Amino acid sequence: MESLTLITLSVITAATPLLFAATGELVTEKSGVLNLGVEGMMIMGAVTGFGVGVITGNPFVGVLAGTAAGAAMAGLFAFLTLGLLANQVATGLALTIFGIGLSALVGKGFVGVTVNAMQRIEIPILTDIPVLGPILFGQDPLVYFSFILLGATAFVIRKTRVGLILRAVGDNHDAAHAIGYSVVLVRSLAVLFGGACCGLAGAYLSLVYTPLWAENMTAGRGWIALALVVFATWRPGRLILGAYLFGGITILQLHAQGAGWGVPSQIMSMLPYIATIVVLVVISGDKAKIRLNAPAALGKIFHPAR
Amino acid sequence: MIRLQTRGEASRVMALTAPLIAVTLTVVTGAILFEALGKPAGPTLHAYFIQPLSTRFGLSELLVKATPLVLIGIGLSIGFRANVWNIGAEGQLTLGAITGGALALAFYEVDSPLLLPGMLIAGTLGGMAWAAIPAYLRIRFNANEILVSLMLTYVAGLFLSYLVSGPLRDPDGFNFPESRLFHDAATLPTLMQGLRAHWGAVIALFAVIAAWVFLSRTILGFQLKVLGDAPRAASFAGYREPRLVWFSLLLGGGLAGLAGVIEVSGAVGQLNPSISPGYGFTAIIVAFLGRLHPLGVLIGGLMMALTYIGGENAQIAIGLPVSVTGVFQGVLLFYVLACDLLIHYRIKIGRPVGVKA
Repeated sequence: MESLTLITLSVITAATPLLFAATGELVTEKSGVLNLGVEGMMIMGAVTGFGVGVITGNPFVGVLAGTAAGAAMAGLFAFLTLGLLANQVATGLALTIFGIGLSALVGKGFVGVTVNAMQRIEIPILTDIPVLGPILFGQDPLVYFSFILLGATAFVIRKTRVGLILRAVGDNHDAAHAIGYSVVLVRSLAVLFGGACCGLAGAYLSLVYTPLWAENMTAGRGWIALALVVFATWRPGRLILGAYLFGGITILQLHAQGAGWGVPSQIMSMLPYIATIVVLVVISGDKAKIRLNAPAALGKIFHPAR
Repeated sequence: MIRLQTRGEASRVMALTAPLIAVTLTVVTGAILFEALGKPAGPTLHAYFIQPLSTRFGLSELLVKATPLVLIGIGLSIGFRANVWNIGAEGQLTLGAITGGALALAFYEVDSPLLLPGMLIAGTLGGMAWAAIPAYLRIRFNANEILVSLMLTYVAGLFLSYLVSGPLRDPDGFNFPESRLFHDAATLPTLMQGLRAHWGAVIALFAVIAAWVFLSRTILGFQLKVLGDAPRAASFAGYREPRLVWFSLLLGGGLAGLAGVIEVSGAVGQLNPSISPGYGFTAIIVAFLGRLHPLGVLIGGLMMALTYIGGENAQIAIGLPVSVTGVFQGVLLFYVLACDLLIHYRIKIGRPVGVKA
């Protein structure tokens, strides 16, 4: 039972950054913008969060700084794609290449440094309940926040006027513009929110998950988060399922390597990536479902005639 | 107030000037970055951009680095024209290196003039096979080729790492994760004695010319352009999208695989986990810098090769961190994309004529 609890705890820690990043990207995509720079925003969040965490000694300040760094990267993306009408796919890739390079440059002094990792909450009595206690009541604060954030996002998108405007802009920007909504403003805010979430996800990796800084440490998680949005067919509730599925696969392959089943470690490490492809194939095959849920204006450039 | 006015048609002047503006802005940004890192801008820029071009050795290294970038860039630029986003060229390069390299190791004892051509073909087929996966999954299951090809890049990297630490490891290599060094029969001949530049550069140049002819003189090349520029027109004209997707991905994958086998056979001389410093990703920048035109890709490939060599040179001469290269490349792509605006839009200052505020 003890090891089962430990495994569940590590699955949660592996799933939380994916959930943050995917929540942010979902909002961005709902507004009709495809930002492929998730990996770049995450890695900048990771290095900034870690650096500030080391300097201030306070992981919470680090998380805030990482979030801001992700938003700043997203601001750059918004300026290029919404302001200068640059191609979204190419700009997103540029953001990733730039982020990986810049983070390596900025983080050079932080390799091998230790940081005050974020502590789990320990509620007396409740945390002492066997098995369920540590899982339900003994997480770090950001795990709870990831659920609050997702719940709030789902509520805003589905039930509020803000969500309605967001979906209108994402489905038909010309119509939204004609009614008088500022397409560029709505999209900029959605992109910034997405970037902040990705920065937060990166900071979680470097301040809670590992906790240390290494070059290229996001290792494709940003891309997996992008795939999760498709997996969820742009519905927030299903992101939890996806994120925890992938968190589970990540931990499963780690444990399988440790258990020494005789499968080479590199082959086991392929699992999350192969699972991503399988999931994409299964979900995307249902074209009707994709058409029904995908924002109709996703990736299209908006330039009003006047 | 600043606003954008659509040009009736793309400006030819700007199509040529925009990349130059982007490069200039990148150099200026680089100078500011160097100063911020506490390195004098003048000497660092000299070490970065001028010094490598002033020696025979530097020019030879430029060709070595430009060869894979141009080869992959050509394939990607043709796919990008048709809006087929093959982002996994790095993985296709890796697979090409594996299949070609494995052939060299399988015939380790054989000294035959057929070995090298066989390797090149095997590498090309390896890259094509890897690219066929996203092509098939997009056509059959509508799966996004960006994500699939990218995921396969991680898989290919892990596969290579497994092979060189397992089945293909050098038996006399003290357990280092690398294969045996290829024999002469499996090594691309150099162009000049004592320098590393090899015949791969000639192959890359040939690919540029072939792509130029293909795009300007064949129906399929024309269809690719139409599919990218006007997908609705393409569908009315009855172009078959699946055929063009297959073609784009197989061409891109094949050229990336060819680049991979050329790299291990020409520059590296063995299989090891670090055969490529991200050529597959940098080639994306090359394709855009060259405005998806074969000649542009050639120039863009040489320029991006210079950022690699300049980065190494500045690291040795000035002690600049090598990761500056990645920053440079990212910044350059930002500027290239931003300057594209000038081709399709005019920037107007002041209120639109005839519209009241």
